[in-house]
Amino acid sequence: MADAPFVSVSGLDIDLEVPGGRLHAVRDSSFDIALGETLCIVGESGSGKSMTALGLMGLLPSNAHRSARRLRVGNHDLLSLNRREMADLMGREMAMIFQEPMTSLNPCYTVGNQMSEMLIRHLRMGRRPALTLARDWLDRVGIPPTAGRLDQYPHQLSGGLRQRVMIAMMLMCSPKLIIADEPTTALDVTIQAQILHLLAGLQRELGITMIFITHDLGVVSRIADRVAVMYAGQIVEMGRTREILRDPQHPYTRGLLECVPAPGKTRPGAHLGTIPGTVPSLVGQLSGCGFAGRCPHAAVGCRGEIPALTVRADGRQVRCLFTPDALWSAA
Amino acid sequence: MNQHANANGGTEPLLELRDVTRSFAVKSGLFGPTLQLQAVRGVNLSVHRGDVLALVGESGCGKTTLARMLMGVLPPTEGEILYRGQSISKSPLAERSRHIQAVFQDPYSSLNPRKTIGSIVSLPLRVHRQGGAASIREETLRMMDMVGLPARFFDSYPNQLSGGQRQRVAIARALILKPEIVICDEPTSALDVSVQSQILNLLTDLRRELNLTYVLISHNLGVIEHMATEVAVMYLGRIVEKAPGTALFSQPRHPYTDALLSSVITPDPDLGIPTIDLGVSFPNALSPPSGCAFHPRCARALDRCQRIAPPVTHDSKGTVECHLLDVAP
Amino acid sequence: MQDAEATTEPTIPTPGAVLWGKILRHKGILFGGGIVAVMVIVAVLAPLIAPYDPYAQSLISRLQPPVWLDGGSWQHPLGTDHLGRDYLSRLMHGARISLIIGACTAAISGVLGTTLGVVAGYFGGRVDTAITFLVTVKLSIPTILVALAVVQLVGGSLTVVVLVLGFLLWHQFAIVARAVTLQIRDMDYITAARMIGCSRARILLTEVMPNLMNQIIVVLTLTMASAIVIEAALSFLGVGVKPPLPSWGIMIAEGRTHIFFDPWLVMIPGAALFALVLSINLLGDGLRDVTAPQGRN
Repeated sequence: MADAPFVSVSGLDIDLEVPGGRLHAVRDSSFDIALGETLCIVGESGSGKSMTALGLMGLLPSNAHRSARRLRVGNHDLLSLNRREMADLMGREMAMIFQEPMTSLNPCYTVGNQMSEMLIRHLRMGRRPALTLARDWLDRVGIPPTAGRLDQYPHQLSGGLRQRVMIAMMLMCSPKLIIADEPTTALDVTIQAQILHLLAGLQRELGITMIFITHDLGVVSRIADRVAVMYAGQIVEMGRTREILRDPQHPYTRGLLECVPAPGKTRPGAHLGTIPGTVPSLVGQLSGCGFAGRCPHAAVGCRGEIPALTVRADGRQVRCLFTPDALWSAA
Repeated sequence: MNQHANANGGTEPLLELRDVTRSFAVKSGLFGPTLQLQAVRGVNLSVHRGDVLALVGESGCGKTTLARMLMGVLPPTEGEILYRGQSISKSPLAERSRHIQAVFQDPYSSLNPRKTIGSIVSLPLRVHRQGGAASIREETLRMMDMVGLPARFFDSYPNQLSGGQRQRVAIARALILKPEIVICDEPTSALDVSVQSQILNLLTDLRRELNLTYVLISHNLGVIEHMATEVAVMYLGRIVEKAPGTALFSQPRHPYTDALLSSVITPDPDLGIPTIDLGVSFPNALSPPSGCAFHPRCARALDRCQRIAPPVTHDSKGTVECHLLDVAP
Repeated sequence: MQDAEATTEPTIPTPGAVLWGKILRHKGILFGGGIVAVMVIVAVLAPLIAPYDPYAQSLISRLQPPVWLDGGSWQHPLGTDHLGRDYLSRLMHGARISLIIGACTAAISGVLGTTLGVVAGYFGGRVDTAITFLVTVKLSIPTILVALAVVQLVGGSLTVVVLVLGFLLWHQFAIVARAVTLQIRDMDYITAARMIGCSRARILLTEVMPNLMNQIIVVLTLTMASAIVIEAALSFLGVGVKPPLPSWGIMIAEGRTHIFFDPWLVMIPGAALFALVLSINLLGDGLRDVTAPQGRN
């Protein structure tokens, strides 16, 4: 790991005020990302993966409270920025790509209009050069300039094209960090592969740091340098992608990998692995490990207090008392 | 697996589609002319007893329209749907309901929020007047037990259940009339991975226990490879390739199937992101390309692909619609 | 098959319990509902609890002021009218008229409008076009004028007023029912019911209608309020229910001539009318708040 990480998050807590009390959507999340690195945050619905991203961007709903010990992106301390400075930073330094581009594209304006508006606002460009640059960027994301897409409205584009437009729009102002929240989940598989290709290619080319949020372990395996697995609002395991997928230490990561039908590994028609039980309620305090209720190896010690993240020599972090490694060294 | 491999040999298909076409009238603009959108264009397909036939294709390829025709909620514009050799295109739903049932994608919209689980699962029995109140209740509880729902949910409402539990309710409702065919329309795509595997296991078990035949619609090729015995690949309203699951996944013969399979992303850190040679533009279903509908996106398209619709090749390995088959054996 | 989700799960209340919880926490509903409830009880029990016969005239004790004015007495807490009839008793019996008209009108227009709306929304196509046209036509008819004309022609009576208003106030039901049905129609549980072989009538009654009820109840209360106001207006104009029935509108009309010397003759029934309509509207608005959808669960 580089000496000064580009993104540094420490002790991020996000609570939501809900009718039943305080819902701890994210608990004590800490991670660092080096410049140009891709971190995948993977987890199931309700794991807090999207909340982490929204919390970092300061885009939380009004009933949410955010607190953290450190929240740095580049030279900016996000905790000390006010709303205006944050808005200024977004689009220029950090950008976010959502699952459904329709929510971030305005249906009333043409693609060209919205793209050039972005450049005019953030980079103070003139209208004409802005439109030229927009056309270049569309070409760059695989939309040929001949097709007249600049004059089309978002609803006239297919889902894949919309996501391409979105990517172009987000990358135009050359941000240093992009947060992509399930950008390919709503797309067809062929389009998904194309979009991932595009995104990963541009990221490498421009040296952008990326946080990629997904529930799909397949996508994780192909684009992430490192992975953070989230469960019930906590990071339960984090490390290099290859090592996590090859040698998962946390029982939840292991369970998750066994659930996915994978050619060659799972026999067609045979039983897939399952994780019985449900996610514990996130309202109120957790008693012990959040996964204890569903864990095949849970013991008395797991119900006491929340296990701490232990850091191995190779940088792997695991929030579990009884990892295979721990058992191995105890024996 | 094996008992199904030989089930196809020559026996009469359980469900058969003959030249089924479905078009929709689409208005182009407020005062524009009405155009005909052919969502399904002349599909021939047979499903044999014990099969898990998977329909796969991109969104807009017509697989949902085809599924709705199989369900009987949408009549075909042309062609016929046969059940055990008898046309059922026009027979009332009440009659079909004993043979064909469905499980839907969204377990939130597939259960009436105002009804209890017991009432949802028992509805088919009550509609078909199968037995008195006591026996209906008993049968409902038995069915709930079979899909892994505890009896205490009988008086619960759908909002009290998780997504996976709701999908179990939907499966119980579909199976309580003992149908032979279940149309599973994206049964797990709204669910989390860990819940998806539970539902897939349940479907596998139930198929074995009740000798069911599934038509599985999914965009998840991992799920299809795991579940399907037969796979039909759809492109722009036509089935371009149909073959047994193992054959199709190991040796795709249509270039579109090839592209589809290579875009599958399995959790393997040694592989990169696949390169797909399909181009950016998706065809307009209102005016499908001439000749082979796939030719504008096909990397290996020939001259004649633009002009002549490809012939249907039917052989021991399956059915393919492609000119390339004649060129390179 | 393992019992998939057997571990400690939080107990989620039934939709009914959730709704009741919200209702009991909503101030508008509690306030409006409370006043409406009191008015209904008074109206139902009017023959038993009213101190006098509302029709009994007594020329000796005419135009007595209510108890809080000079010359008032507890004998007639709200005074007497120009024929010496006890005003409190007339007000209580008048509540009966208002509530009967409100309830019956809302019921008739509710059945009519909801049926049309559900049919239009569920079947769509030409049926929908026809019914939507009907609603458009209805919306361009001035309600009060038509009511005036019809009652003038046929002659005013409770039944006539209820029927006329019932056939004039259904459009709101039709519009709401159609809009909601259009959403419900595409739900998978409707497709599932069709595949099970349910008849159309059964689907409409058991699958569509229960999901419509929340919104219909809201329209019901609002229609009730406007029916009560329109009845009062018609009676005031002398074409509604006929004297000596103690309608609040008639009471206001009869008090009108004395407005300079005995303004309470107008103000008391006016205040009662205002309170009833306000509380019904509060109740309706509150019900709309608590039944408004918020997310999926």
